[in-house]
Amino acid sequence: MTTRIVELRRGILKKNDELAAGLRQSYAAAGVLVLNLVSSPGAGKTAFLEWTLRELKARGSRVAALVGDLETDNDARRLAASGAPVRQINTHGICHLDAEMIGKHLDGWEGVTLAGLDYLFIENVGNLVCPSSYDLGEKIRVALLSVTEGEDKPLKYPTMFNSADAAVITKMDIAEPCGFDRDLALTNINEIRPGIRIFETSAKTGAGMEEWLRYLKEERAGRNG
Amino acid sequence: MSIVETVTETLAALPDSSRGARVLEVRLRVGALASVVPESLEFCYGIASEGTPLEGSRLVVQVLPVVVHCERCAQDAELDGVQSFRCPRCGELCGEIRQGRELEIESIEIDELDKVEETA
Repeated sequence: MTTRIVELRRGILKKNDELAAGLRQSYAAAGVLVLNLVSSPGAGKTAFLEWTLRELKARGSRVAALVGDLETDNDARRLAASGAPVRQINTHGICHLDAEMIGKHLDGWEGVTLAGLDYLFIENVGNLVCPSSYDLGEKIRVALLSVTEGEDKPLKYPTMFNSADAAVITKMDIAEPCGFDRDLALTNINEIRPGIRIFETSAKTGAGMEEWLRYLKEERAGRNG
Repeated sequence: MSIVETVTETLAALPDSSRGARVLEVRLRVGALASVVPESLEFCYGIASEGTPLEGSRLVVQVLPVVVHCERCAQDAELDGVQSFRCPRCGELCGEIRQGRELEIESIEIDELDKVEETA
């Protein structure tokens, strides 16, 4: 028996990474700021995004959203109430979005072109594990964490929080009854992703949301400048 | 599971010189931040490789620890885990990751004799 070792050094997610790089180029060329929202199920991504879409739209920005879900278009219908174009991506059991799904749903999206947008939000499937491995070409990956989930979530899912560019704590309006330890949560996030921007928000009361919108505006200006 | 499938797809697309050869071993490099559990990968590998040229081959997973760059020490440092991104020398929080996100096939070992017999 003659055996031979073939050196490959090939990334397992190479195909996704290449597609994501292509998407990143087309986002940049169109001047659209693209964000990928990740969290566990029920962290409040949809409510947070509803508020964000509505407010950005009211202030004259051109916004749209792609929404990933295993099944149902419930979230897409909720978001569409903001008046922004929303397209559902049903993954049918796949626990994350990948670059190919994004590319397919951007193509042939009636009435929406990248060049006609200021912001594109991608609401990922609720899952704090697999989406961290799949680059969607986004400029900013936002990890959301609600006050009901426990302050140690970043320590339990370090791969996700470490890959994020911004962290959003949601449902701050019920922080007190939940016994949420704010300092501990901030410390934990910072241990996993030192220096990350952290927003403490409530989509219900609007707390912290102005700061979030300012951040979006700055990031978009940075991209074009 | 999708990772295992990608491995089999990648190997199915190997150059002609390796076609028909039996794969004995597949070596992966997996960073500690790659969101992959080596035990699950090994478990799935046996199932996913059935009926492919990889059936019966060994999967060897090398886990790479996280390496950060510490600005205060001006050098790289290896971390024991992924629970805290502090420099083990000086305690500074380090945001720059130098290693730990890898997810790649390093190499495969193939049995060439089978190939020679088939092509002869």
